[in-house]
Amino acid sequence: MTSPGDEKSAPASKGAGAYVLGGIAAAALVGAGIFWYVTAPRPLSAERIAAIDAVEADATRGETIFWAGGCASCHAADGAQGEARKVLSGGHRLTSDFGTFVVPNISPDPNAGIGDWSLGDFANAMLAGVSPSGGHFYPSFPYGSYVRMTDRDVADLFAYLGTLPASDQTNAAHELTFPFSTRRLVGGWKFLFFNDGPRVELASADDQLVRGQYLVEGPGHCGECHTPRNFLGGFRGGEWLAGAPNPEGEGVVPNITPGGPDISGWSASDIAYYLESGFTPDFDSVGGSMVEVQKNMAELEASDREAIAAYLKAVPSRPNGY
Amino acid sequence: MKFRMLVTASAFGLAAVAAAYAAEPQEMRQEMMKQVGGATGAMAKMVKGEEDFDQAKVIEALTTISETMAEYPAQFPEGTETGMDTEAAPAIWTNMDDFTAKAMALKSDADAAIANPPADLDGLKTVFGPLTKNCGACHETYRLKKDG
Repeated sequence: MTSPGDEKSAPASKGAGAYVLGGIAAAALVGAGIFWYVTAPRPLSAERIAAIDAVEADATRGETIFWAGGCASCHAADGAQGEARKVLSGGHRLTSDFGTFVVPNISPDPNAGIGDWSLGDFANAMLAGVSPSGGHFYPSFPYGSYVRMTDRDVADLFAYLGTLPASDQTNAAHELTFPFSTRRLVGGWKFLFFNDGPRVELASADDQLVRGQYLVEGPGHCGECHTPRNFLGGFRGGEWLAGAPNPEGEGVVPNITPGGPDISGWSASDIAYYLESGFTPDFDSVGGSMVEVQKNMAELEASDREAIAAYLKAVPSRPNGY
Repeated sequence: MKFRMLVTASAFGLAAVAAAYAAEPQEMRQEMMKQVGGATGAMAKMVKGEEDFDQAKVIEALTTISETMAEYPAQFPEGTETGMDTEAAPAIWTNMDDFTAKAMALKSDADAAIANPPADLDGLKTVFGPLTKNCGACHETYRLKKDG
């Protein structure tokens, strides 16, 4: 594919041209190498998995984590009520700016679900966003929050999930737009946004606040909806829990910092009562996606709802993120 | 003031409200929801132990809920999908039968409790939980959250 122009100029600049070409090729190789390195899936260390394996898991305790983690809200069938919320057959369609995610089956079925996973596989999914085959999970599965979970909670949750009914339902693949359909790129998202640090630094190390911070920032993954995102799907800086546009259509997800217009007049006990009953202080009721979340919160110990409320009163106040 | 008129009107039966107060449907349904919220709150204060159980007040609250629900779905005619800060979801107009059924489910739960009124606080607690499940069941699909 040479042109006449190339033939003429080639002899005169052969040496320099080769250097330039070589330089470009080298830069491209280095670039590709960096890309490959940065975007590589990184499973947990063998030490961490050994520590999780060493936990004497308690399935009963795992049920609390199950509700705190909101697993049923995405993984149970749409409209499931009561015990049906424990059948984690998947299939729910999560719409986003990047396309539609179809929620997988995580019931104990060995083929359609996660019945053949080891605890190490599960820990890698929850804490590293890495699948048993070594690829990235999309962060629509909120491991960006779950990464803060303790070894014990991960082990207990896995034990509990194993007690739930199996479903052999298979689900469609995600329907994502290019380039988001390229799973490897999730490595770039992780490089930029994925860490296990605290979302906010609290002034006090009070036990209740620490518990509330753990529940909200970790298993509860409240920020996944209540914090606004940038165009790459990362949380915008300094806007933790400031509210966001509703990813599933019209309307907003409210600002739940102490300055949020809905919540600013609420006491901690008002927040705890809302999580327990679904009622605001003026007896309006919970709505939208929060209906499912509130049902989960109602299953927690009262002390956990109080801890969440205390934390929400303690985080920095922010203007609306929507 | 509008609210007070509505409260007064509701004492004469809810059908009177429409005549006494020619509001836009968007305003009308917002006020009706406030009534239901007020009635729910009256019972919730007893459930929470902030006020003593009072059967007459419970029946009054249940009656407000039942009468309001009877009229509620009619407040969503075509052409009132937007305006006046409505938080009504477009899904109401594409699923009017289901929306109406959800309002009627709350009404029939309230009617059942009126027919067999709770005699004490424990009785109220038994009624209150299932009755108020209806709120979230409808708001999950049919109410949008707008800027606060």
